[in-house]
Amino acid sequence: MNKDIKNNIENKSVKNSNNHEFTRRSFVKKVGAFSALATLATVGGIGFGGCKRKSSEEDIYNTTTEIPKDKMTYRTNPKSGEKVSILGYGCMRIPTIENTSARESSSEIDQEQWNRLIKFAFEHGVNYYDTSPAYCRGKSEEATGIALNNLGVDRESYYVATKLSNFAPSTWSRKASIEMYHNSFKKLQVEYIDYYLLHGVGMGDGLKDFNSRYIDNGVLNFLLEERKAGRIRNLGFSYHGDIKVFDWLLENHDKYQWDFVQIQMNYVDWKHAKEVNTRNTDAEYLYGELSKRGIPAVIMEPLLGGRLSNVHDHIVNKLKQRAPQRSVASWAFRWVGSFPGVLTVLSGMTYMEHLQDNLRSYCPLEPVSKDDMEFLEETAQALLRYPTIPCNDCKYCMPCPYGLDIPTILLHFNKCINEGNMPESKQDPIYRKARRAFLVGYGRAVSKERQADHCIGCGHCVPHCPQNIDIPAQMQRIDKYAEALKRELEL
Amino acid sequence: MLKKIRRVLAVVFFLLITLLFLDFTGTIQSLFGWMAKIQFLPSVLALNFVVIALLIALTIIFGRIYCSIICPLGVLQDLFAWFGKKQKKNRYSYSKAKNWLRYGVLGLFIIAIVAGIVSFVALLAPYSSYGRIAQNLFAPVYYSFNNILAYFAERVESYAFYSKEIWIKSIPTFVIAITTFILLLILAWRNGRTYCNTICPVGTILGCFARFSIFKPIIDKDKCVNCSLCVKNCKSSCIDIKEHKIDYSRCVACGDCITVCNKAALTYSSSCKKNQKTKVAEGSSAVDDGRRKMMAIAGALTTASILKAQDKIVDGGLELIVEKQEPEREKKIVPPGAKSLKNMVSHCTGCQLCVSVCPNNVLKPSNEIMTLMQPRSSYEKGYCRPECTKCSEVCPAGAIVKITKEEKSSIQIGHAVWDSSLCLPMINGTHCGNCARHCPAGAIEMINIDPTDDSSPKFPVVNEERCIGCGACEYVCPSRPNSAIYVEGHEVHRVI
Repeated sequence: MNKDIKNNIENKSVKNSNNHEFTRRSFVKKVGAFSALATLATVGGIGFGGCKRKSSEEDIYNTTTEIPKDKMTYRTNPKSGEKVSILGYGCMRIPTIENTSARESSSEIDQEQWNRLIKFAFEHGVNYYDTSPAYCRGKSEEATGIALNNLGVDRESYYVATKLSNFAPSTWSRKASIEMYHNSFKKLQVEYIDYYLLHGVGMGDGLKDFNSRYIDNGVLNFLLEERKAGRIRNLGFSYHGDIKVFDWLLENHDKYQWDFVQIQMNYVDWKHAKEVNTRNTDAEYLYGELSKRGIPAVIMEPLLGGRLSNVHDHIVNKLKQRAPQRSVASWAFRWVGSFPGVLTVLSGMTYMEHLQDNLRSYCPLEPVSKDDMEFLEETAQALLRYPTIPCNDCKYCMPCPYGLDIPTILLHFNKCINEGNMPESKQDPIYRKARRAFLVGYGRAVSKERQADHCIGCGHCVPHCPQNIDIPAQMQRIDKYAEALKRELEL
Repeated sequence: MLKKIRRVLAVVFFLLITLLFLDFTGTIQSLFGWMAKIQFLPSVLALNFVVIALLIALTIIFGRIYCSIICPLGVLQDLFAWFGKKQKKNRYSYSKAKNWLRYGVLGLFIIAIVAGIVSFVALLAPYSSYGRIAQNLFAPVYYSFNNILAYFAERVESYAFYSKEIWIKSIPTFVIAITTFILLLILAWRNGRTYCNTICPVGTILGCFARFSIFKPIIDKDKCVNCSLCVKNCKSSCIDIKEHKIDYSRCVACGDCITVCNKAALTYSSSCKKNQKTKVAEGSSAVDDGRRKMMAIAGALTTASILKAQDKIVDGGLELIVEKQEPEREKKIVPPGAKSLKNMVSHCTGCQLCVSVCPNNVLKPSNEIMTLMQPRSSYEKGYCRPECTKCSEVCPAGAIVKITKEEKSSIQIGHAVWDSSLCLPMINGTHCGNCARHCPAGAIEMINIDPTDDSSPKFPVVNEERCIGCGACEYVCPSRPNSAIYVEGHEVHRVI
């Protein structure tokens, strides 16, 4: 009898396991069919060829799969034939030992982590490293020099870009500027510089400042000589602000023979630069002017200072709906990389996660479709409906002589806008919750003595802002808003 | 049973009163602020006759249960004694009342009140002693715990907690709090309620009424076997077992003796004695203000380190911030609602409740000997914000009376004084005007230095009639460590 029962049970379990297997199998089948359908559906417009690419690309976006080391997309420098990786490493947000980017805190640079990041980037094909004597409170060149030397590879296998950052009038003299130039060699421990830039032309007082910085003191002629001598392999400039300076420099292209130009370009600045910042010019024009002359473009601000990765929740949802696996930032990188005249796209990657995410976007680059272009243009228009302040967190305005933490204040304000924590009136149903989020978050982001109420409006920061933000006016506006929330006045 | 009820009530009162000092969000104060207002001494100073009458009536009916339940310092000592008892049971013994000491202290105390030697009054006031301990010793622990929670809340994007700055507001007050704490810890650990029956003026006053209380523990001579168990457990040392008598002026009606007696010889019941007429002691007093020591004006002003707009060479980084220094004010500032310096001096017992609840880091205890531990306003870490009336809501002693936001906006507690030698537009021609921009009373106007040139830098002109002395200008002034504009207090607050 016992045996019978046992058999019975065994039979049952066999049956059960059969059942299981059956369902599991059918489940896998169903899922397979479904995903195939889904792939077809999403690829849609791209055509059949896209189907294959899609599956490999999805693998890449799967954060558990390894990033391939040999799939980086390269662009060719038309003059020298150098193969430059489409992803360039911007060395202005170097990690510090307190786990924040070097420009946010006064703590020391985490050299070990920086070496690790550069090594990882290099191993995955990144060969363009962009720094400046001004970055990270002046510590970037040295730290980057150490990290690159630490790779222990042939000097010809990577490209170093640095700049003549003679913003301060005290460095406008020929002597001081040339000293800054020579100092870069020492700090970077190099014999030659691959890409050398006039830093931020068009900032401050436009042509007047430009002439003082580069023409009147003969520094530009000196740099042209240096290029002839081979100590500068490529000479170019990075441009912000006054369009007259950009136009003037390109008009004189025959004379100066610019090897490359660094511009701000992303899917918002393409057609809407003026809406972001009245002083800026549409990237469509800038890029057009360059490609007309066959000058390769180096791209800065592909994420508009992080504002294309840190977007309003509605926009995140829209982007994720289109490609759930892709990061929000990857759209901006793929968009800008799709232009053939782009030599490299700079990204200041503080964390390994940023680096990995960007590598996934570019190993290899899958250009966006025409459809995607239209979709991103719509996204740009949607983005502009949220009235954030166009701060890119570049920290050129810092340090503020009165101790304010300007970019953090602006970013907090933007964060509240993006998270929908900006009540428009006291009757707003979200008023209570939003008020708390704004004020508590404000206290957390910025210590009391560095908040907007300490801005005296001295205007020291204004000429340094590449985005031409009227910082004192914004500080007073934010202070007024915070004050109204604190006192629970009508907004 | 009596002991259980007493314990539960004591714990509830003790925790909530402690929270009054710890909570910085204002929730507890709005719900349980009354617990501070039923404290004996503050009520006397606030001339709150209803509360005084109720407390005396309570004592006449039930004995000194005030000392066992309502007084947080008493409960704190019970807590210490409880730990002491765990270490060694049956540790107490009977001792005679030290009448010369307790009446002596009470006498001195009354003289001090009448003479206006407030620091002495504040030193002895039991509730205020506890307040200082809670504010200076418990609050930092509580804040630290809160700050840890805030740290994690920040990580998960929650706004439930925000961090609170921890700083010593006054070193003398801090030292006094620690000393009181240690002294009481030793006394209570070893001998129970020694402090309450020898030093505490409130204990002595209530003791006078408790002698004649209706309900009290009574020893039944017939049942008593003279085992002395009750004596050994009486933290007030007031049971004389030889005579089978209890000194009710010292008994705090804790019920420990009743619980411990095996023979049920002790009961808490009404005495057959007639109630005797008692005279209500008038605790209030007038104080003259003649001795308020004026602070000497400091000879030379500290050279302010003037921040110059430097050449920008590199990006990022934060400018170092020099901490603000308190100016040498001729007259100190007390918050709106305090009515006058005199009113503050004559009512405040230095309990630190206002200092604890001030969300703007304005109030801190005075270090002057005559007003020791009483609050004063200073604007280095914040200013007296127009939307806040917290201190006036919590003060149990009538030192800061309740005011509304609207009233606050027209109470002048001082006026702003401008120091041209520190003012940035005067020194280096910087455009500033931060004081005028933040003045909630619109009392500051910026005037061109050069009357013929509209674009010349402007300097602030204070309309003293409009200024309410809130300190916004002083707080936001960019001149450090000394502000170029600061507030002088007024002896008497006026409505403008």
